[in-house]
Amino acid sequence: MASSQLARRAARRLLSSQHRRHCAAPACPWLLGSAPPVLAPSPVAAAAAGDRRGFCSVRRFTGESNAAAAVEEAENGLVAGGDQQAIDFPGGKVSFVAEMNFLPESQRERINCYRVLDDDGRTISGSRFQEVSKELALKMYSEMVTLQVMDTIFFEAQRQGRISFYLTSHGEEAINIASAAALTIDDIVLPQYREPGVLLWRGFTLQEFANQCFGNKLDYGKGRQMPIHYGSNRLNYFTVSSPIATQLPHAVGAAYSLKMDKKDACAITYFGDGGTSEGDFHAALNFAAVMEAPVIFFCRNNGWAISTPTSEQFRSDGAVIRGQAYGMRSIRVDGNDALAVYSAVHTAREMAIKEGRPILVEALTYRVGHHSTSDDSTKYRPVDEIEHWRTARDPISRYRKWVQGNGWWCDEDESELRNNVRQELLKAIQVAERMPKPPLAELFTDVYDEVPSNLREQERLLRDTIKKHPADYPADVHI
Amino acid sequence: MAAKSLREIRRAAAAGIGSRRCFSGDAAAAAAAAAGVAEGKVGGGAGKEVNLFTAINQALHIALDTDPRSYVFGEDVGFGGVFRCTTGLADRFGRNRVFNTPLCEQGIAGFAVGLAAMGNRAIAEIQFADYIFPAFDQIVNEAAKFRYRSGNEFNCGGLTIRSPYGAVGHGGHYHSQSPEAFFCHVPGLKHLRTLIPWDKETVEASVSKTGKLLVSHEAPITGGFGAEIAASITERCFQRLEAPVARVCGLDTPFPLVYETFYMPTKNKVLDAIKATVNY
Ligand SMILES: Cc1ncc(C[n+]2csc(CCOP(=O)(O)OP(=O)(O)O)c2C)c(N)n1
Ligand SMILES: [Mg+2]
Repeated sequence: MASSQLARRAARRLLSSQHRRHCAAPACPWLLGSAPPVLAPSPVAAAAAGDRRGFCSVRRFTGESNAAAAVEEAENGLVAGGDQQAIDFPGGKVSFVAEMNFLPESQRERINCYRVLDDDGRTISGSRFQEVSKELALKMYSEMVTLQVMDTIFFEAQRQGRISFYLTSHGEEAINIASAAALTIDDIVLPQYREPGVLLWRGFTLQEFANQCFGNKLDYGKGRQMPIHYGSNRLNYFTVSSPIATQLPHAVGAAYSLKMDKKDACAITYFGDGGTSEGDFHAALNFAAVMEAPVIFFCRNNGWAISTPTSEQFRSDGAVIRGQAYGMRSIRVDGNDALAVYSAVHTAREMAIKEGRPILVEALTYRVGHHSTSDDSTKYRPVDEIEHWRTARDPISRYRKWVQGNGWWCDEDESELRNNVRQELLKAIQVAERMPKPPLAELFTDVYDEVPSNLREQERLLRDTIKKHPADYPADVHI
Repeated sequence: MAAKSLREIRRAAAAGIGSRRCFSGDAAAAAAAAAGVAEGKVGGGAGKEVNLFTAINQALHIALDTDPRSYVFGEDVGFGGVFRCTTGLADRFGRNRVFNTPLCEQGIAGFAVGLAAMGNRAIAEIQFADYIFPAFDQIVNEAAKFRYRSGNEFNCGGLTIRSPYGAVGHGGHYHSQSPEAFFCHVPGLKHLRTLIPWDKETVEASVSKTGKLLVSHEAPITGGFGAEIAASITERCFQRLEAPVARVCGLDTPFPLVYETFYMPTKNKVLDAIKATVNY
């Protein structure tokens, strides 16, 4: 028998026995026909009182016996306080109440947002956060700047027609770098596509980024995917896949494996506000809670999914509220505050690993750039909104104020850093651009572990064609 | 020319689903009609030449204009869609009939089935055919069988799903695929007028005349729709065939970015196959 049916029967039994007790006691004479005590009905209950279907469905749940029906009648606004009724239901004790209270669609106030640095880069008094050493703080800062410069230069390279596509993380540098800094290299990263900074933090070189964007023979993905689809086994960074949210359930599986292997590590997966609408998001959160998997779900709520604003994406209070629905701890954090992101992920990681549980982090931020080089976001959002986030809320300048306020950084350091990154990138691009594409044979490898006969035959036919029509094919692919 | 124009429509307007007579011209058919206007020009007729997205846009305008129970929706459809096919529709017909959906293909397809089952014309957009797979269950198990499994108590014949497909030159794995064969394998789904049912008679008549046939598509060759055409024509025209049916198709690999020209059924592959067939 289905367990829910069993539970329902148990509920019925419990109800009717309680009912019997009630009836026997002279303390509830109203059951025998005298006037019921007047309880002020809640507005919702009053409104629903005329709806017979509502009562019918209550009756159906609690049981068909007359006794149970009588209890329900009593409960529909009539049960006196004091005698608490409850049911042991799978998941724990549930109290019965006399009022018909629908849960509201939202809490009175929105879930608040954890922040350490104010807009001027000063720590908010009383704020609790994870200590960051000078060395770590500076590394975080310079990686944030590096990411910003890299984005600017690759975006330009695409505009010049040198690479086919690009997508920046502008405005989300703190999320990228600070979350990465709070992890160890043993933690497994399952990215969406707007988190190259995590890979940068882990040691992916600018040359490696360039190789992927140019799809040359040193690209680990062998030129098969579009630019920005990075991946590195060495750095525990699963290869980016374009379909949204597919990596979320993978993260739960990976996390479960880490737990079974008793590793001091967790999995972390990143996704956007748009990603929370996909079925895979819900599947993953539920699996993670049930499997007690040490996984961090990191939602970058940047306000937009291409042209779709979050108001047309969900009506919940963002993503953070969903955690509780799945039985998972969650926190909302200021995504443009590097110290807050760092502290939240640091703590989430500890809880995930030590307690074997998933954690949901929602970072509030803004996609300052266009969705990608295929997009012009001024078509669907106001320019001053973009400008406001690009200037007043810029995570890099806020963090810089803090670093500089500590006396750890000065203007000369800044221009030296930016110059160096620029030079290194321009060189990386030149090298990557000149590098040949992967050889033709790689077109057929990795479809399976070994190349099967149908593909061997197709390769042979293709080579014949190329011999006949060499001019049809790009010169930078070695045949 | 007709074949080419239909092919182009297919590229941007894939799956017309259902077979309800009461929807005399679904959006896909309207797209075909609009493109037919373009073709008229080429053929020396009177129409104005328009490109594909304009044809689709016009067809959607016609559908929304002529049927007050028609709806157009999908990811980013509100501002005009990432291929601009829904430009101007929300402004003209209002946000209740032309709207963005949350980013969820299974939701789009399932919502569309329910909307259509209530007697509406639901025109859903899946942003790229590569992203139709989360909706596969709703399309294959629900939309396709809605009428049959209910003994025609219910149908979702007013449902059309539009989705751009095919290679663009820089799309890589997930902005290039041609998934039509998956859907052609499902009884109950109509793919425009070009695939289910495809025009066997015309092809048969042509093969009867020439004794030769070449089929080409971008999707991987194995299990592609070309196999279906080749088998059917072999059944019908076995005696008249003068050469084996040739297939020039995509390779049996995922769609590869830097190898796109190697993967594709390009013109010289087709030309070589034509020569081989003629000289067989
Ligand atoms: C399954 C799927 N459907 C649609 C798309 C097309 N698409 C690419 S990015 C994107 C928006 C994603 O928004 P969000 O998750 O908020 O991430 P952001 O781009 O804001 O970082 C869409 C709809 C896709 N890649 N995959
Ligand atoms: Mg977003």
